[in-house]
Amino acid sequence: MIWQLDILLLIIVVICALAAISVKDLLSSAILFGAYSFLLCLVWAEMGAVDVAFTEATVGAGISTAFFIGAIYHTSRRTKD
Amino acid sequence: MIRDFEGVIIKTVCRALVPFIQLYGLYVIAHGHYSPGGGFQGGCILAASFILMALAYDINEVKKRLSEKMNTIFCSLGVIIYAGIGILCLILGANYLDYGILHKILPADPAHARSLGILGVEIGVGFTVMAVMVSIFLNIASGGEHEGEEN
Repeated sequence: MIWQLDILLLIIVVICALAAISVKDLLSSAILFGAYSFLLCLVWAEMGAVDVAFTEATVGAGISTAFFIGAIYHTSRRTKD
Repeated sequence: MIRDFEGVIIKTVCRALVPFIQLYGLYVIAHGHYSPGGGFQGGCILAASFILMALAYDINEVKKRLSEKMNTIFCSLGVIIYAGIGILCLILGANYLDYGILHKILPADPAHARSLGILGVEIGVGFTVMAVMVSIFLNIASGGEHEGEEN
């Protein structure tokens, strides 16, 4: 474990999370959420939980982003609120 | 995604990528019992290859290769493999999913039989996760309008 790398990754994770909930474009939000998942995967791999990191990479960054894109395809791309 | 579109680079790259993704998914399932990975992650990777094909081509291209009927069969086959191995252990006189007892029917010592038993369970989990993930994606992407066999 390198705590400097931990802090750096966690800061980027928080920035990605705030960007994902504040952006108006839903497709950008889905892609930012995928980036958030991938950075969280890096955090877990760096902390030594390789199996959890693997699950996060496949489900969080891979499958759920595709699900979000499939759902956004059926609605309007811009949010009203 | 639902309609076909013209994009020769995307189609060619995705077509070339899909077999390697599936090979990697099978690798993750096959090595799941003694290294990171396993049935769930390998099944997700296998499903991701079909989802990539649905994104690059259209849904009918996926349904041509993995029809809705086959998807349902895979979905229940995985559960049957999982529960079947568990009940086989029960029949042989041990607890549910106590793979050590499988050395009575497998040509291996108890420790090796335990490893083979959990490999079988991982394969079952992989089948079910792949089928369910593909099914969820097809239902989300088509808005539930692809029921049954169209063509």
